[in-house]
Order: sequence, then C-alpha cells, then structure tokens
Amino acid sequence: MAFTFAAFCYMLTLVLCAALIFFVIWQIIAFDELRTDFKNPIDQSNPTRALVVPEYSIHGLFCLMFMCAGEWVTLGLNIPLLFYHLWRFFHRPADGSEVMYDPVSVMNADILNYCQKESWCKLGFYLLSFFYYLYSMVYALVSF
Amino acid sequence: MSTPGYTSNLNSTYGVNPTQNGAAALHHHPHPPHPPLQPQQRNGPDPTHPAMYPASSYYSGLPQQGYPSGPAQGLPAPGKAPLMNADYSGNYYHKTHSQPGAPPGPYPPPPTSQTPTQPPSTTNPPVSGAPQYLPQSYQQPVPYSMSANYYGQHYSATSQGQPVQQQYHQLHHPHQQQQQQQQQPNLVPASSGTTLGTPLYPIVSYPSAPGSSQYGTLRSSQAPAGPPPIPNMMPPPTQNALQQQQQQQQQQPQQQHQYPHGNGPTPTPTQQGYGAPPLHQTATVNGQSNAGQQHYDQTPPAPVGPQYGSAAPSPGALDGGSRPPSGAPSAHSSPGHQQGGDSSSTTTGSASPVPNSYESLEGGSYPGPSSVPPTNDASKQAPPFGYNYPTMPPAYQQNPAPRPDTTASQGGYNAPGYQPYSQPFPSLSQLSAALGGLSGVPELEVEALRPVNLLQERSILPPSPPAPPEPNLSSDLRKVNCSPDTFRCTLSCIPQTQALLNKARLPLGLLLHPFRDLTQLPVITSNTIVRCRSCRTYINPFVSFLDQRRWKCNLCYRVNDVPDEFMYNPVTRSYGEPHKRPEVQNSTVEFIASSDYMLRPPQPAVYLFVMDVSHNAIETGYLNVLCQSLLENLEKLPGDSRTRVGFLTFDSTIHFYNLQEGLSQPQMLVVSDINDVFIPTPDSLLVNLKESMELVKDLLSSLPGMFMSTRETHSALGPALQAAYKLMSATGGRVSVFQTQLPTLGAGMLQSREDPNQRSSNKTVQHLGPATDFYKKLALDCSGQQIGVDLFLLSSQYADMASLACMSKYSAGSVFYYQAFHHHHNQAQKVKLHKDLQRYLTRKIGFEAVMRIRCTKGLSIHTFHGNFFVRSTDLLSLANVNPDSGFAVQMSIDESLADTSLACFQAALLYTSSKGKRRIRVHTLCLPVVSQLSDVFAGADVQAITCLLANMAIDRSISSSLSDARDALVNAVVDSLEAFRSNGSNLQPAGLIAPAALRLFPLYVLALLKQKALRTGVSTRLDERLFSMCEFKSQPLRQVMRMVHPDLYRIDNLTEQGALHLNERVVPQPPLLQLTAEKLSREGAFVMDCGSVLFLWVGKCCNEVFIRDVLGCPNYASIPPNMTEIPELETAASERSRAFVSWLQESRAFPAAFYILKDDPSSKSNFFQHLVEDRSESAFSYYEFLLHVQQQMSK
Repeated sequence: MAFTFAAFCYMLTLVLCAALIFFVIWQIIAFDELRTDFKNPIDQSNPTRALVVPEYSIHGLFCLMFMCAGEWVTLGLNIPLLFYHLWRFFHRPADGSEVMYDPVSVMNADILNYCQKESWCKLGFYLLSFFYYLYSMVYALVSF
Repeated sequence: MSTPGYTSNLNSTYGVNPTQNGAAALHHHPHPPHPPLQPQQRNGPDPTHPAMYPASSYYSGLPQQGYPSGPAQGLPAPGKAPLMNADYSGNYYHKTHSQPGAPPGPYPPPPTSQTPTQPPSTTNPPVSGAPQYLPQSYQQPVPYSMSANYYGQHYSATSQGQPVQQQYHQLHHPHQQQQQQQQQPNLVPASSGTTLGTPLYPIVSYPSAPGSSQYGTLRSSQAPAGPPPIPNMMPPPTQNALQQQQQQQQQQPQQQHQYPHGNGPTPTPTQQGYGAPPLHQTATVNGQSNAGQQHYDQTPPAPVGPQYGSAAPSPGALDGGSRPPSGAPSAHSSPGHQQGGDSSSTTTGSASPVPNSYESLEGGSYPGPSSVPPTNDASKQAPPFGYNYPTMPPAYQQNPAPRPDTTASQGGYNAPGYQPYSQPFPSLSQLSAALGGLSGVPELEVEALRPVNLLQERSILPPSPPAPPEPNLSSDLRKVNCSPDTFRCTLSCIPQTQALLNKARLPLGLLLHPFRDLTQLPVITSNTIVRCRSCRTYINPFVSFLDQRRWKCNLCYRVNDVPDEFMYNPVTRSYGEPHKRPEVQNSTVEFIASSDYMLRPPQPAVYLFVMDVSHNAIETGYLNVLCQSLLENLEKLPGDSRTRVGFLTFDSTIHFYNLQEGLSQPQMLVVSDINDVFIPTPDSLLVNLKESMELVKDLLSSLPGMFMSTRETHSALGPALQAAYKLMSATGGRVSVFQTQLPTLGAGMLQSREDPNQRSSNKTVQHLGPATDFYKKLALDCSGQQIGVDLFLLSSQYADMASLACMSKYSAGSVFYYQAFHHHHNQAQKVKLHKDLQRYLTRKIGFEAVMRIRCTKGLSIHTFHGNFFVRSTDLLSLANVNPDSGFAVQMSIDESLADTSLACFQAALLYTSSKGKRRIRVHTLCLPVVSQLSDVFAGADVQAITCLLANMAIDRSISSSLSDARDALVNAVVDSLEAFRSNGSNLQPAGLIAPAALRLFPLYVLALLKQKALRTGVSTRLDERLFSMCEFKSQPLRQVMRMVHPDLYRIDNLTEQGALHLNERVVPQPPLLQLTAEKLSREGAFVMDCGSVLFLWVGKCCNEVFIRDVLGCPNYASIPPNMTEIPELETAASERSRAFVSWLQESRAFPAAFYILKDDPSSKSNFFQHLVEDRSESAFSYYEFLLHVQQQMSK
C-alpha cells in the first residue's frame, strides 16, 4: 500500500477523465442536434468551441503528469491522441482565434460527419482509458 | 381621410378572416379559434421539423389571428409553424413585437433639439454627449408607428385576450372596422394621396359565395356578375388537353363543363383572374397593373386583372395605398429600367394581376419591354436554354418563363412569338423532341451516348450555346417542369443508388437561381398554403391525387388531405378540381404568405451606404459616380413609403449624417472613438427616404466635394461596419460598403499578405483564406439581424479580398470588384461601375429570406455553395436575396431510390418583398430515376457539372491547396471518362472516348484550369483570384459558363440569315467559334463574351468597310485605342453589330464592360488569355490536355 505520485496522478486523471467524458458526450449531443435541425449552428458552435481548448489542455495535462510519474505505458497510450490534438489545433483555419467547429462550415455534411465520428471515437477512448486509469490506480495503491 | 397604410394592413391581416368565417360556416364547424389551440396546432407538423420550434415560441405572444383551419376541421395545418424561420436569434422577435403593440405615445419622435447641431465641417462631437442620446436608441418613430399601423390591431387584440372574437366582430361590422381605421389616423404614414381606390371601394369584403370565400374576398356584387373566369395561367390548347387528360384520370366529368366555360371567352391574351374583377377597376386602383397590361393586352378590350385569390378591388386599393406615390409612377414610367422594386408586391399582392405584369416591369434589365409582346420579350431576355420548348433549336430556346404552360399555350398568344425562331437549325435532338412525348427520348439518349473520340473530332463546339439535356420524362411532366435556368441538376437522370452514382464518377448536385427576374410568375393569394403535413413540402405539379380529397406528397410519400379551400379552383371557379389549381399546374409559383410565415412584422426596406472617404478613395473619384448614380436612382430604390436610407462615411473616423426631416441641411456627426463605436443619434441617421428626399439629395450632391482636400489616409473599415451593424440591427436591411484600400485602423485591420513575386508562382498559392475572423463574425451577426452586406471593392492595391469578402459571403451579400478603379484613367471601369450601380440600386430585393431545399426521401443535401449562412441541413439563411445570385448544392443518395421512378427537388424561398409583403417562391424540379449507368451518362448536364466542379474546386483550394484542387479537376475528367469506357463495351480501344453528352467536359475543365481563380503560373493578383472565386460561387450558371468558356463570334460579316427578330429588331446570330487563335483572322473582327467583359477584337487587315461602317474610323490605324462602345452609325452593318452586341448585353444582369481592342501587343494578353484551347506558357492546349487525360487513364 503506497500512496505514490503515480497513484495520485491516476486519481486525478480519473476525475478529469470523467469530465472529458462529459465534454465528449456534450459534443455528441450538440452535433446530433445540429443534424436534426434542433439548433442553429451559431448557438451550437460557440459552446462547443469553448470546450475544445479545455479538453485539449486537460488531455495535455494527463500526458504531462504521466510523464512526471514515469508511467510510460500510460503515456504511450495517450501520445497518439496528444499528437492528434496538436495537429488539429495547429491546422485550424488561418483566421486565428477559432479552433474548430466553425459555424459556417459545420453544416457541411462532410465536416459534420467527421466531427461526429471523431466525438464517438473519443468517447470510446476516454471510456476505456477511464477504466484503465481505475485499474492502474488500484494497482498503484496496492502494489509496493 | 384615406388611411392607406392602415387599409393595406387591414388587408393583410384580416383578409384571412372572411374566408375563415366562410369556411367555418360552410362546414358547420364554427370554430372559435382560441389561443389555447396553439400548442396543439403546433404539435401536428412539428415533430418532423423541429426547426420550427423556435419560431412558434416567438409567436407565443401573438394571437393566432385566425388560422383558417383548426385541427378540428381536419384540414392540414396550413402553416402553423412556419417552415422557415428567418430569425434564429431568439430574442429578436420579442424585441420588436412588444413595441408595435405599445401605443405610439412612448416613442415620440425625439425633439430635434436633441440632435447635436453641428455644422458639417465640425469634427469630434463631444463623446460625453453620447449617453444623452442613448436612451433613445431603440426609438424609431417611423418604423414603429408603421408597424403599429400594420399590426397594431393584432397586438391590442392580444392584450384583450380574445383576438379572434374581435376579428369576427370586425368582420361582421365593416363600418366599425372602417371607423377603427379612422380612429388611428396618427398611425398612418402621410401617403394619403396615393390611395386611389380606397375611398371608392369598401375595404372589407364579405364572402359572397362559398366558393369565393375560399379564396379571399370577392365583392359580393361582383362575384356572380364578373366576367367568366378565364384561366390565364393555364390557357388554351395544350394545357387544355393536359387538363382534360387529368380530368379523365380523375374521372370528374362535371369539370368539363367548367373548363370550357372558363376558357371559352379567352382567345385574347388577357390576364384573367382567378375570381377576377373587371380590369378597369384594377387598373384604376392599382396603377401598375396598367403597365403590366400593356405588355400583354394587345387586344385592348377584354382586360381582366388576373386574380388568384384575395379579392378584387379592395386589395388593389389597399395596395395602392401602401405604395409610395412616387414609386408607382416611376415604376411604370420606366419599365425598361430594371425596376427592381416590387412593383411586384403591389401588383401581385393586389390580386396576382397579370402574373406577368410585374415581372415584366422588373424583368428590367432589358430595354423596352413595355412595347414588346411578352413572348418576344421573353425570348429576347432569356438565356438560351430551355428544355421546355423542345421544338425550338437551342439558340432560340430562350424563354425563361418558369411556367411551361407558356409552351402549352403556344397555340394562344405565345405562338407567334416563338415560331419564327423555331425553324432555323433543326438538329437531331430537336427533331426528335419535336416528335414529342416519350417516343423522342430514346433517340435523344442514343445521341447523348454516342461515343465521341475527342482526339479526332476537332470541332466539338455546337454552333450555338449548348442546351441542357432534357430529362427523360413523360411529356406531361416535362411541360410543367421547372425551367433549367432556375433549377438545374448536374445529372438529369438521377442514379438509383449511391453505388451507381459512384460508378459514374460524376458529381450530383443542383444549381439554383431561385430569385431571378421572371417574365411570368403565377402569384397565389390563398389563405391556406397547402403543404405536406410531414415534410412540409408545398403542393406542386408532381404530387399525385389519390382521389378528390387526398394527395400524396412526392417527396415523403405521405398521404395528405386536400383542404376544402383547395377544392375550389379559382381558374374555373369550380369546386372539386384541386388538380387544376395553379399550384398544381406550375412548377414555379409564388405565394403571398400569411403572418404564420413571419417572425415579426415585415420591416421597411432599409438601405445604408458606407463609403470610404480617405485620401485614396477621393483619388479614385468613385464618390462622384456613386453619388451621381444614387441621385439618379433614389426614386427607383425598391421599397414603399416606409423605405429608409442612411449614409455613413469613414476614414480614420466615422461620419454619420443626420438627415432628419425638418433640418435645413444635412448634419455631419463625427465619431472619432473607433475603438468603441456608438451611434450619436439613433433615430435620425436612417431616415424615411420620401420625407427627407431633399436632404438626401443635398447630401449626395455635396458629398463628393466635402472631402476633396482630405489628407487622411487611414481607413477604419471595421469600426464603420460595426457602426453600420448597430444602426441597422433593429430593422435589418442592406448595407452597401464601398472600400478602396486595405483597412488599416481599429477592429478588423488587415496587413498586406500578398507577395508580388509569388503572383505567378507555380507552387501553391498562399493566403486564400481570411486573415481574421472579424469579418466573418460580423457577417454572422449581421445575418442574425437580417442585414445583408454588399461589398464594392475599388482598390488598385492589394486589399485582402479574402478577408473582406467574408462580410458578404456569410451575410448573403454580393461582392463587386473594380480593379484599379480610377474615374479618369480607367473610363471603362467608370462606365461599368455606373451601369452596375444602376442595376444594383434598382434591382428587386428580398429581405429576411430563408431558402429551404427539400428533396425526395433518400436524397440528402451534402454541401452548399454560394453566399449565405447555412442554418441547418437544408435551410439557408439569406439576410438579403437578390435576383442575380445563384446557388449550388451537392447531393448524396442515402437510400436506394429503387422504389420510385421520379426524384423531386423543391426550393422554397421565403422572403419579405421591398413592399413589406411576405412571399414564398417555390420551384419544383422533377427528374427521372434510372438504374443503368448508360442512362446516367446520357443525362449528364455538362455545364451544370462544370459549375458544380468549379465550386467544389474552389472550396478545395481554400481548405487544402490550389494544386490539390487542380488535380481534383483533372481527375474528375479522367474518372468520368474511365467510367464511361469501362461501362461501354462496343468501343474501339484507341482514342479518348467520351459520350456525346460529356464531349465538352474536358474542354470546360481545361477552361476552368485557366481561370483566374484556379490558374497557376500566370501572374494573377491575389485579389483578382479571390474575386474570381467569389464569382464562381455566387453567380448563376449562365454567367459562370460565360466566364469559364467565353463565347466567340465573328462579327465583321454578320448577315440576316438565321437572325432573331425581336421587337422589330433584327439580331444576327453568328455561329459560336472555338476559343483558339486559329479561328481568328487578321481580316476579321471578333466579339468575345466573357460574362462581365465584352471584347471586340479588330484584326490588322480588317475589312475597311467594316471599320468605316461600324467603328466610324477611316482605317485601321485611326481606330483610337480606348474605344468603349460601337458608335451609332446609320449603316446597316453598324445596326446589325449594335443589335447583336446589345442583345448580348441584355442577356445578363449587369452589363459587361465593352472594350474595343486592336491587334497590337499591348492589348493582346487580355484577349488571348481567354482563348482556352490554345497553349499558354504555363498551361496545356486542348489537345495536349486530352493527351494528358488519356495518359492518366491508361495508367
């Protein structure tokens, strides 16, 4: 039984991961509403966009913590998503402040499909990693 | 007394009720409509269209002022929930709607003493003074009193809690109603002089007969005695046959009595009404119907104003009232101008008069329609497409008329117009089409599929612009189908499955020009707009009637009830023939919408002009041209007596102009705080044009001189736009921005991003996207407040079109670009700006518009192209809609269409006309569904495909890169030809084989690759490139095709042979030449039509006679270098040339700039860059391109 830094990391990530899952679920709902005409893209995109940077930074924080804790396996699992996030962030449209989910193009079927798929994939990833973190946390707590 | 405004509003709001009353009585369902019904009513249609929710919630404050059909009646809910909600900003409606209800008292016009009185030269009004004015910021006495005028009764009714009762009350007490009008004289705009008819005819009309009650109100005295109703819309022979056919199908013999009855008395080309009163009434009442009538009524007697519905005299009178007195006269005194204004709503609103009349008024850009018989007019204006007229050779198929009935009625008054032109070039396809019906179709198909070896056939260009393919439909359907000018599909045979579409490797999409000027348009005033209950499709010619009382939606296949009201046919005035209603006979119709379709009362037309007055702008001298054009066209601005205008200039500060009525001269108010822009005096900056006409004129004549000595070089465009937004946000409207340089101050400032050395780079072009999202966000805000922003960029330096164009792109505006405009050095540009402004200022405009495109279940819209904001999967929000913008849509096939043989598309454009009428223009296109790949190829429409590909390529070049886009274009050719090759088995392996339908495809794609927008390796300014991209995305197909593949004609030997005879004008029709220098000769003179530019190229050894007779110069050497028009000489050759050139000019909305070029090196490049078949230093020639494609295919 040892309350190591790694164990602390896992506990914290567990909580944050739950937050990420909610973010993603929120996004999924948002895109679905767009698709079914419930909402206006402007109303929809603003909050959706507001969540993007927090999501990315929380995920970045994970990676940083795991690196500090020396949890290389976990870090390795997260690295691909980290790179994906970086790629999306830096390939945003040239006009600056808007990261993504541009209200004028989000109704484009290709983009909407892409966003939806992306959200579902992330949901799956976060759910799996949630349980993985849970397991790792317990493992870190009970192991010596 | 006359209370014109009031009366007209009476019409619009209460016109419904008599019917309702009548209907209720008719069916013994007296249903006192309670407001509590609302939720229930909503629930009907809504679940499938949740987008309507917001709207209905906005309506909650509104009493249901009598939706005629409550659920109790079992009628389809007519439109409880507007299918299209123009507003999505939630609180928008609340804001406006609460105000009209309030008594006018709280919003008195602010005392003029409050407005800072400063001499125009004074700068820097005290910023501290601002708060003083702010409290008034939403007081806009003029509009609100107007809207109270319009809607006041509703709101007051609401507050009483029994709106409907009150209405009933009024219905039964007309005198009381009139009294009420007179009780509110203060609400009435001072246009009393205009109501010609009001005093003459009682405003309120009662349902005199059960039938008439369904269609609005006929005067009881008139109803039975009126002239026999004559179906104008679907007149004589063919249509008759069609109808009879349908009748037989429907087995309703009794209608046979009715129809002849209706039709009998109409050999004359009159405009008959649906329930029409004698014309002289309409004519007197409604000044404009006279104008309209002229075009049509060649036989003076027998005129009847066509009336679809709401009754005769009263609406006419009412409308007359709401029209500005000056507007009407100008409207028909100058019919040749592009009278954009809606004369339309007046005339048509009154009773859908001469469905043609207003359109010919506005069809505008073509001189002299008033004296032209309609057919000539039509064929003259029309772009040369039209599969509706199969008997005509393509060159002459020019009737834009959306209503194929015209064809049908050729036996009638239309025939003489067409026939002369239908002879000259019969070709196989036309002959087979002429054989009529289905029998011709297989031949067409065979022809379209004939393999063409592109490498061997050199002259593939037809002698006249290619006509769109005809869909393989039964002749009945083909006749009623939408005009290809309005609505066109890239594949005129829809593949059954996505797999089949993928196999064909052709893009599937639609090209729309929904608001274009039409010469004929049935306008329907009906209380119930019949729509499918589940998908909200408007009833259209392609629905099927299962029996008398049920119809099946052609898009979602739901079976709907036919409402009682629809059973009555206003054409024949008979009951029980719903399939003969104009809605079911025309694929393009316009409805006058009820208040169900409004989120707020129709706002006045508001125009704001935002002008750059920095040093650079003054240098260009555009202000003179602009102010001159404005002065000329002030009276012709589309609008009614409520029209408002405002002016705003800016350099490093923002100048507002107080034009409040009563001032002795305009006051300039300068706001120098550009970081936090405020509106100095909220209520006197946008003024009623009519009331402040003198001041406006004063301002416009002094404005060019005011800044002559300015030294200010900065431009604070962003803050000026913010100010404009604040100024306009209460009402919406149109903002016209004139900018001459890169914005350098305040929000939205831009840096130069263009590297001149990279202009001709072969590598990827940078900076195609916007540099900042300021303009996009602003545009979205504007779009939310129903403000459309049009940009006129007159810059000689780089001005970052990529960023600036965003303000128009997303607010549904238009972009104009005058490269290196200078009033002195660039005469042609100056002339062009002047002419463009003339058209721009007077063209029709629709406000608060939304367009929804519906398609048969299984098809879905994938991507939209054009200027608008996409609000949901099938809904476009258009703050302004203008007749010159086109849209493109990419489609995908989600589900197999195997169980249907027809696919339909319906575009419905809901807008507020400049006269304050809410209208819905509905276009429906029907196409066959096919399961064979060869059929898909046979139906390919190469021009539409090219346009759609251009749009896709532009998106691609912005999101990815230019070279990607270019590769994709080449691949599109390679793929489709490969697909054709692998499909066909009977082909010889050698050569490059294309189906005849696609034989021009490689040529067009090559031409696309050489466009400014997409070319590489040729020096192209970034702004020019971006502007070209904007044009591709927002121009209608015809115009895009001219830009892509200009038309080249030889004109030094024009003959009368095969000429068009229009209106006593003879327009020679030289054959189209291929775009290669090989076709040019030194001995000739050639005209090249590039859409926005016309070149007349004169060869070195050109025939002296031509130079003398046409150009008025003794010899080649003496032709001046800067000629911009063909001089008016009295020679036959000159007349022919001028007729031809002006005929070309008339076929477009904005006249092209005309250049006469001599064959010398300086002007060469301009002309020769358009010869797309030739090799240029960086691009393939046509033959090389074919070889390249072949090489790619064999890989």
